Amino acid sequence: MEGWDPNTKSTLTQIPLLTIKSGPRDGALWTQRLKEEYKALIAYTSMNKSKDNDWFRISAANPEGTRWKGKCWYVHNLLKYEFDLQFDIPVTYPATAPELELPELDGKTEKMYRGGKICLTVHFKPLWAKNCPRFGIAHVLCLGLAPWLAAEIPVLVDSGTIKHKDDVATSSES
Amino acid sequence: MEVELKELLNDLQSLKKSISDPSDLALIDKMHLHVENIATLEKSGTTCRSKVKDMSAEVVDSNPYSRLMALQRMGIVDNYERIREFSVAIVGIGGVGSVAAEMLTRCGIGRLLLYDYDKVELANMNRLFFRPEQVGMTKTDAAVQTLSEINPDVVLESYTLNITTVEGFDTFMSSLTNKSFRTTKSGSGVDLVLSCVDNYEARMVVNQACNELNQTWMESGVSEDAVSGHIQLLIPGETACFACVPPLVVASGIDERTLKREGVCAASLPTTMGVVAGLLVQNTLKYLLKFGQVSRYLGYNALKDYFPTMEMKPNSQCSNTACLERQKEYILAKPTRDAAAKAKAADSEALSVAENPVHADNEWNISVVDDDEVDGADVRNSGVLPEGIVHELPVADEYPKQPITEAVGPADDLEELRRQLEALNAD
Repeated sequence: MEGWDPNTKSTLTQIPLLTIKSGPRDGALWTQRLKEEYKALIAYTSMNKSKDNDWFRISAANPEGTRWKGKCWYVHNLLKYEFDLQFDIPVTYPATAPELELPELDGKTEKMYRGGKICLTVHFKPLWAKNCPRFGIAHVLCLGLAPWLAAEIPVLVDSGTIKHKDDVATSSES
Repeated sequence: MEVELKELLNDLQSLKKSISDPSDLALIDKMHLHVENIATLEKSGTTCRSKVKDMSAEVVDSNPYSRLMALQRMGIVDNYERIREFSVAIVGIGGVGSVAAEMLTRCGIGRLLLYDYDKVELANMNRLFFRPEQVGMTKTDAAVQTLSEINPDVVLESYTLNITTVEGFDTFMSSLTNKSFRTTKSGSGVDLVLSCVDNYEARMVVNQACNELNQTWMESGVSEDAVSGHIQLLIPGETACFACVPPLVVASGIDERTLKREGVCAASLPTTMGVVAGLLVQNTLKYLLKFGQVSRYLGYNALKDYFPTMEMKPNSQCSNTACLERQKEYILAKPTRDAAAKAKAADSEALSVAENPVHADNEWNISVVDDDEVDGADVRNSGVLPEGIVHELPVADEYPKQPITEAVGPADDLEELRRQLEALNAD
């Protein structure tokens, strides 16, 4: 965990760790794991709200809890940039991490794979492998997506690749 | 058809001579042009050959298999035509998978199952196989289009899906177990699975499926910097599975920090991809047609032209439960294996000749050791890996296993937890 800022580190210590190593094909054990995922997400979301650092919404898009949808946002120069967020729980979960997708940014940055999957190879995958099965969805968001947004969004905004929704509205009117 | 079109052109010519109205003449010229276009289209379309019933060794220009059947005459392969009985599944039809598919198609493989969810893009044109006019097609459709033209004898099945999702995996499993191509085959419905995917997640999925089905498979990969690659044979229970050890990569041999990580997530070269596809299909042919030595692991370092090889025993602590089951079965089958090996050794004893060492120097300290001597080398520790091969990801830290305790209270109902998260999401 060298190289991570103290803020992220302290946040991380407060997200409950998971214990059950099971994936979507494991039946009842997956339900147990799903409960742990919810507990970690509830803790992380409440913590963000209490620290006035709310930055995502995520909920299961199917009853099995294998597909998730929501939104995430990032504030840059006092403007809020919001994106759709979605991912599948892979069949080999938790041995492999979910691949987070920001479909609206597909093709707009090189730090992304096909279909808007953000590139986590260097900064996150080794951490996930080391901490299996204790990391869950909340941890991917905290250590995978948050730093990615912090690194990419300012570059995308400054280069004009993405525009704030208010700017888009005014430019299309004129 | 060619004759018919020629007749039509002649008729148009004579019609043109007999007409004086200039507006009619223009129309006839236009028709003339159309007929000519049809004639050229027709010519380019007739190159497709029809199916061949039996592979012939006859040396004539029109025999698509004469050079392959010559492998028998040269004493390399005992029975080349057996290739038509084999089914190979290729997962990932990208820079490596598509080329591997073309090679196997040209070799006259019986049946190919192709899996990919991606579309062809102009950005793929630095690699082999796909053509610019196929941009926008799914990779599976485009591959079927090209491959069926090259060799109509090959049975092609395409699956446009993502195998890492729950639904995709179910289809993947059922397609591998379908035995309609060769109903007498034991085991699964395919002879070999080739993993040509570009990410760890998909490899772990192929590993999962093959461990569950007790299916031998081969892994291939090209590094993100495009200057190294590898192929690996995985026999469930006998060799290390993909989850037994952290993924291995061939070190590029230059300081990692000097590699530019900025910018594009992955670089690629048609050369490296082609070399790896070639190594993969070569190993596939040797495995299926039983000739030469099938490599367990073969690395390729393009910067130094270095090809490390190694073997890996399964990890008795592997996190994959299907792998542990296959390991148990493999140990139980040892007496049968030993007996078979003994019988084979007795057969070949008469033929054996004393051989002199082939190589005088041995720069990489490669030595042939008996299977029993390498007693479960622990490759989880990178200290014992051959020079030039490193782990890509760390091993999971050891945690004391906690008993799964059913926590009591309102916070342990799934619906209740879902409601709590939704309540937080609402404001």
